[in-house]
Amino acid sequence: MPDTIEGYLAELRTALAGADPALVQDAAYDAEEYLRSAAAEGGNTSEAIATAIDAYGTPAEIASAYRETERTVVAALRRPAPAKSTNPIARFFGVIGDPGAWGALFYMLLALLTGILYFTVVVTGLSLSLGLMVLIIGLPVALLFIGAVRAISLAEGRLVEGLLGVRMPRRPRTVGVQGSLVERVKSWFTDWRTWTTMLYMLLMLPLGVTYFSVIVTGLATSFALIAAPFVQVIFNTPIMRTFDYVYYLEPWGMPLVIAVGVLGFFITLWLAKGIGLLHGAFAKALLVGRFESETPGAPVGPIGAAPTAGAGTQG
Amino acid sequence: MDIADEATLRKFQKELNSGTVSLVLLAILDNSSEPLYGYQIAKSIEGGWQEGAPVKQGTLYPVLRSMEEQGLLGSRVEPSVSGPPRKYYTITERGRAVLTDWRAAWERTSAFVNETLEGRNGA
Repeated sequence: MPDTIEGYLAELRTALAGADPALVQDAAYDAEEYLRSAAAEGGNTSEAIATAIDAYGTPAEIASAYRETERTVVAALRRPAPAKSTNPIARFFGVIGDPGAWGALFYMLLALLTGILYFTVVVTGLSLSLGLMVLIIGLPVALLFIGAVRAISLAEGRLVEGLLGVRMPRRPRTVGVQGSLVERVKSWFTDWRTWTTMLYMLLMLPLGVTYFSVIVTGLATSFALIAAPFVQVIFNTPIMRTFDYVYYLEPWGMPLVIAVGVLGFFITLWLAKGIGLLHGAFAKALLVGRFESETPGAPVGPIGAAPTAGAGTQG
Repeated sequence: MDIADEATLRKFQKELNSGTVSLVLLAILDNSSEPLYGYQIAKSIEGGWQEGAPVKQGTLYPVLRSMEEQGLLGSRVEPSVSGPPRKYYTITERGRAVLTDWRAAWERTSAFVNETLEGRNGA
């Protein structure tokens, strides 16, 4: 049985090896909340920590409780898989009933907005923090900024899980650091995830612009093709105009143009689904991906040997 | 009590817990006038038992989490001085409705079990 909170969290991570990183983050968060509260109540003595760990349960017990719950929750919440047709044509058009494709489509439209927002936050935050670092006010600004980055990371995770269907953390990330507020804040800077999150937020601007353009182009082209024959018939306007000529669609070509438009719409949906899948993996890698120091077997959290020294100094 | 009997007892207790823990958690949050975080909930369960609670505190958290997923509980996160930000849980309207049903089911079950144990049912 581990005798420090860091040791316990490390063993819990090991016991959950192979589970979804987001689940591991949630479990570590819960354990840390309980153990720190219990230890603080007992005056942070080593007996208090040992009692708390004993009451909380062994890492193996707790790991199996999380796995068990995750299994039942995942099973209960999973969207019923759309009936897979063996007919490729039916499968191609079946994407219209796939909530995943619509979620991804919506996510990609939203990405322009969130991309600009994230980019602005990071650029403003970084330049303000660095610029003001020479003054005393630089530090609080930097802390506020990193706090905001961590909050956005969680929020973006919820968005990605809701719309792209990738399991993301439901709790803020904690690094296995014990000690005073100062030490824990310091860990924000040494936590690699903080920096990859900022990278993700910066990359969201070009990605968001691209996603938005791709989807809007796809949708606009498809709907224009579908609408063109109707517009020509109802308003008697040519579908194309140059200086010298106007072009009308021949009646036999009308159904063809509509068909191409409908096809384009379904291709856009498939595109959204595919890009959504890729983006989900990308978000997971940068926002929750595991780091070498966190892989099972590593003694403590990502900051190596530092944490144990802080045991018991919490005020 | 020999070791085999003790193991059987533990297993029986575990099975009992798995059915009653969510009911107890819902009831605690329903009785509380303010939102509670995980540690407070765990403590109040531990305090309710005469001697050593037969449920490991850590196993309560995943249950809280799954009840939140099902919309029975709501939550918000607040920073804390002693550790990571705390997640405060409250019971939702749906949670209250579910609790009413569960309470009725529990009362039926416990009445039946008690009567059976006292020999008033069956042959």
